[in-house]
Amino acid sequence: MSDKPKLRVATTSLAGCFGCHMSFLDIDEHLFELAQLVEFDRSPLTDIKHCGPCDIGLIEGGVCNAENVHVLREFRRNCKTLVAVGACAINGGLPAQRNHLDLGACLQEVYLSRDGIANPGVPDDPELPLLLDKVHPIHEVVRVDYFIPGCPPSGEAIWKFLSDLIAGRTPRLPHSMLHFD
Amino acid sequence: MNGRFMLDGQPVMFEEGQTILQAAKAAGHYIPSLCWHPDFPPHGSCKLCIVKVGGRHVSSCALQAKDGMEIESNTPEINGERRALLQMLFVEGNHFCPSCEKSGNCELQAQAYELEMTSARFNYFFPVRPVDASHPDILLDFNRCIFCELCVRASRDIDGKSIFALTNRGIHKHLVVNAESGRLGDTDFSALDRAASICPVGVILPKRVGFAVPIGERIYDEKPISLVSMEKER
Repeated sequence: MSDKPKLRVATTSLAGCFGCHMSFLDIDEHLFELAQLVEFDRSPLTDIKHCGPCDIGLIEGGVCNAENVHVLREFRRNCKTLVAVGACAINGGLPAQRNHLDLGACLQEVYLSRDGIANPGVPDDPELPLLLDKVHPIHEVVRVDYFIPGCPPSGEAIWKFLSDLIAGRTPRLPHSMLHFD
Repeated sequence: MNGRFMLDGQPVMFEEGQTILQAAKAAGHYIPSLCWHPDFPPHGSCKLCIVKVGGRHVSSCALQAKDGMEIESNTPEINGERRALLQMLFVEGNHFCPSCEKSGNCELQAQAYELEMTSARFNYFFPVRPVDASHPDILLDFNRCIFCELCVRASRDIDGKSIFALTNRGIHKHLVVNAESGRLGDTDFSALDRAASICPVGVILPKRVGFAVPIGERIYDEKPISLVSMEKER
């Protein structure tokens, strides 16, 4: 073990599908290398509920409700370098395709007027975060330092980015790893 | 009169009547472009092919080469401006690549890869642009239009049908279909028209062939557009 202090990394999925986190796990054996270099703060991998001071924050997903805004701001406050990972964090992605629909009409369609619905009613439990009228990419809410495009970005691209960043190089994806789909 | 200009410090020979872009490409130097097409006169609207001649910005697709010109093209400054133009195109439309059938074959996306655009930087407009699926063989998805007018030009100048046009100005500019109803199904547009296969993005799409080539194996998935376009025009 080297005595070099480990970097702290936090990750979260906002309005995303966890596909980018799955892709992150796809770095396979590099996970062992990564474990030598970093330790995880708030992340689905640790189940820590709130983000403490970190070096790197990885955000998957766009911003679709009030809770997303709070989590994203918590990450920005605590992370020296904030990274948007994947199409949804970068442009809203699939969830943002509701942006041309009226939110009320959308909820009505799904929870009230759909065929075969047993107990019609828009869920209104106070624990549920309020939806925003539009889904936003995260750079519209906080400052973002880097973007890793892809739906999801390949494990290869995520590893290239992280290994560049951790080694102090300017992260740069070659053409073969730069994809929007 | 033939002559020679300097492009990024390298000499490029040209023939009388060639534009900067044509001469550069003929000599093996790629200049990014979107609205330019070798089969049509220059349009000069996308401005992706901007270069600096004697310190001034010009559209290289439209300006004729002159002997002794000193031209800058592939510089961090100009590529940064090109990237900003792309970013504006991305936020003005709805470009959701993962759900677009054109992904991997799209020139807008390929230029974004070429110029290493990783985000759209600006705030998204999320405009409301309903699709037109009225034609039996062709789907029109206006969300992705970049106003290059290639379909307008192809339909008017090659097909002789004038089926497409751009209407309104500035931020209200949009593509329209020349029919009383505004629907493509009410025109004599055919999937065999030149205009049906000229769209550089995913607006004019043939039906029933979606994802015949899988994502990841498409034109610009494998090679950058700078290589593909130079091979195509050689």
